[in-house]
Amino acid sequence: MEGLKVSDAKMTVYLHPSKARNASQAIFRELSSLLFKFNETFDGVVLAYEVNILSNLAKILPTIHPYFGVRLKAKLLLFNPKPDMLLEGKVVKLGQQSIHIIVLGFSSATVILEDMREEFRYRVKHGKEVYVSASHKRHIIEVGTIIRFVVKSFEEEVLHISGSLLPAHTGNARWLDKNVQESQADSTKKRKESDRSQIRDLKKEMVEAEIYSLKTNNRSKKSKRRTDDS
Amino acid sequence: MVRHDRSLGLGFGREECMKGHWRASGIFRSGGKDRDIKGEILAHCASFAVGSSSQHQHRPEFPLNLLTDPTRPLSSAGMGVQLAAEQASLAEIGDVNFSDLELAYHVKDALRSVPLGDRDSYDQLVGFLFEDGERLGSDEVALLVTNLNALSGAVSDIDFVHHGSLLDCIFNMSLWKHRPDVMDALLELIIALAASSGKYVDSCLDMLVRNFMPPGYFLTDAKQRTLARKKGQVLDRVHSALKDIAELVPLAPLRLEQIIKDRVPIFNKEPLIVTYIENMLTLESGAMRELVGNSMLVEVVNTLIDLDVEIGWDDILQDDSSKGIFEMELDDEEGSADDDETDNFELPRGFSSQKMLKGNVVAEKLDSLMVLMFEHLQDCYYSGRLVQVFETLLQSFQSTVLTAYKSKFAQFVMFYACSLDPENCGATFANRLADLFKSPVYAQEWRMSAVAYLASYLSRAKFLSASYIVNILEREKEADQDWFLRLQDSVIQARGKRCDEMRFFDEMPFFVFFRGLSLADWCSSYCKSQCGEINPKAHRVFYAGCQAIMYVLCFRMRSILGVPRLKSQLFLMPIGAILTHPLNPLKVCLPSIVEEFLLQAKVARLFSCSEIDFHGLLESELSRAFGGLERLDMFFPFDPYLLKKSDRFIWPNFVYWSMVRTTCDNDDDDDDEGSIDEVIAQDCVGGNGVNVTENGTAMSFDEDYLDGFDNSMMQMSITPKNYKFGSALRGGMQMPSRIRPSTSPESL
Repeated sequence: MEGLKVSDAKMTVYLHPSKARNASQAIFRELSSLLFKFNETFDGVVLAYEVNILSNLAKILPTIHPYFGVRLKAKLLLFNPKPDMLLEGKVVKLGQQSIHIIVLGFSSATVILEDMREEFRYRVKHGKEVYVSASHKRHIIEVGTIIRFVVKSFEEEVLHISGSLLPAHTGNARWLDKNVQESQADSTKKRKESDRSQIRDLKKEMVEAEIYSLKTNNRSKKSKRRTDDS
Repeated sequence: MVRHDRSLGLGFGREECMKGHWRASGIFRSGGKDRDIKGEILAHCASFAVGSSSQHQHRPEFPLNLLTDPTRPLSSAGMGVQLAAEQASLAEIGDVNFSDLELAYHVKDALRSVPLGDRDSYDQLVGFLFEDGERLGSDEVALLVTNLNALSGAVSDIDFVHHGSLLDCIFNMSLWKHRPDVMDALLELIIALAASSGKYVDSCLDMLVRNFMPPGYFLTDAKQRTLARKKGQVLDRVHSALKDIAELVPLAPLRLEQIIKDRVPIFNKEPLIVTYIENMLTLESGAMRELVGNSMLVEVVNTLIDLDVEIGWDDILQDDSSKGIFEMELDDEEGSADDDETDNFELPRGFSSQKMLKGNVVAEKLDSLMVLMFEHLQDCYYSGRLVQVFETLLQSFQSTVLTAYKSKFAQFVMFYACSLDPENCGATFANRLADLFKSPVYAQEWRMSAVAYLASYLSRAKFLSASYIVNILEREKEADQDWFLRLQDSVIQARGKRCDEMRFFDEMPFFVFFRGLSLADWCSSYCKSQCGEINPKAHRVFYAGCQAIMYVLCFRMRSILGVPRLKSQLFLMPIGAILTHPLNPLKVCLPSIVEEFLLQAKVARLFSCSEIDFHGLLESELSRAFGGLERLDMFFPFDPYLLKKSDRFIWPNFVYWSMVRTTCDNDDDDDDEGSIDEVIAQDCVGGNGVNVTENGTAMSFDEDYLDGFDNSMMQMSITPKNYKFGSALRGGMQMPSRIRPSTSPESL
């Protein structure tokens, strides 16, 4: 899963004078208003924050309403999916034309038919709509599946992602992980087999060599006997 | 020719029309994809399928249903010839299969051709969607359904720029004008659009919210049956669609809240706003409760307040010297009031239908909404989530109702919620009000308003229970728990019998008020901290507190004095010291309250009369200045309820002034132990509409109604007409039900 980052932000929050009695609550409220909205300054959607108020002293703005600025440091968890990033989300609806996904529980994503690999075939199995891979029959996408997809575009205003299942490393996340493990396991197995065969060959060679040496020894003993007899 | 083109579905699948028709007839299974359409497809449909829609441009006109209804006789020879020609071409085509996917592709082609300059098919599609749903025949309906279904499959190709007219068409369609199958297809399209791109979420939600209300022409009497039938069909589907969208687009509820707030039809006709608010409450109690429930409740209360402030206090509080419009309207209805049995049956003793705000459009609108809200609260109570809902209501109350300028009716939402669950909601409400009053954080106007609410609530609420008191004492003043238990023991001993819960409780509000919530203590402390002289503006919070104490005592003093232990507690309170302080609250508080309090206190010998100078306590510049322009001091919010339909929820739990027996009353049972006025008053209400007066005389509602309220001055007063205070000092004064501005002619 890409698209997530943690940023350290130094900021000043300006609070209304009426909030002076409970500034920390007002700060939290102010920061909470940033949540789940795309913020150009932070270049992402603020998902969570952790605040450290630097000082009890605040700078008062000399205006009609003397707002006071509280300086603070905050760690911000940001979400900003860019094209070609790999995201994961849960399939919530699936149709002949599209797959609808929810990413991180708040952002909706859609993969339309044109953005799916041809191997994915739409089927209705036991009354359930599914996409099944033609090349791997166990590679199935259905409602509830966590899928891995590539970002095509991200609408910042409405936090809507347009996704794609065209690259080979996209699809059912669980199947992909399992498949990778299996392929890794297969390669290890093959390596072991080749090692074994090499050892076998080596042993064979050694055995053959011993037999050969035994034969030559026998021959030399016989010739010796012959010479003794003569 | 326009109709001809549309009816033939030139661009969009005659075959789809047939599919929709058959599906509706049950020939096709309703669910699943890849539904193949097998059967006879008309020639022009097939030709569209191969992409030659232009061939149909010159097709002669004939009624579509002729093609699908062979039993219909042909009305002209020409048509018969035409039909024969169609059938001939049909025979040539044979069986053609189309799937939903293929239909979607046809629509996609039409949509994709728009940027390329070919708009024929697209325009035909848009034209068809413009059709008035109520005038469509069954075939046209089928065609519309299939077009909508096909569009659902092609939403990814709908472009905001190129297909604006199509989107306008879709978003302006009214579900109320269509049959259920069209509704389903349209909602499927709306959901698909909302999920396809974030751009359409707002428009889709807005379209659904607009469908909360029926079109205006449904409101005629002739359409009432249709409206009732349609209402169920439409609203269930709308709410289901909203839920589906929320599942697909998690942030959609945030936008939905705002759209619903913006669209509240506050100035529309009563049935429309009632339906709208009904929908908001459905959202609050439905599947989307967790997502939008709180904001819906808050918004409903805001709407109530908005309507409330439309009804002016000046209109309600007109005295007989200058009658307001409501009173004049009520006077007009006097004659018919007797005939209205249901009205009389609903009314409590001590109040009359004459007092109800009838004929005022805003008041009637508000009345209907209050009924909805009360019913909703009732449902919440029965479903066990009232406490949760009440917390939201309380926040809403604090931010809107409490700060509104003398709200008249909206606050009764809180009153009714408290009456449903006094132990939890009632206690929470009183606690919050007391906290607000005592906390210097809040603005003075708010604090004054809060204490007015508290005093009025404790004076008027008939539903409070003993456990409520226990809770209050435990929470508010744990140190007082022992005191409370001692008090309970003493009450039992004083009565020589087991303490009756309700009776015991009826003596309690004062002690909650004065001890548990420490109002008297607060005033006493304030007095000690101040050494200045009378100053209505500087000490208005203090004066509001004093007025609240006196107001509650006006209602409850006799009940307190009926129990020796409580009486001694009352006598121990520093009320005399507060009232005789140089700040002199008696000269600042509302004269009618001061006067009534002093008279009752004098009879009860609450404090030495020599302490109080009774002269010059009536209307003065000081009392006028108290509260300034806002006059929050004059505001006692839980005065008798004036809305007719919703009053049935309030009056059973309400203490009317006419029910209250003061220390000045000399009845035979005056010396009876525990003369609990409210309980007696409560018991006086006969079960079959017969009232029992304080003398035990039974009289009908009509007699009571005629007897008690013929004086227009008394229309807004809870004091019965024949109520005599028995003192020269009383003069023409009466205990006001609405605490009138002290400049009113009455108080002058």
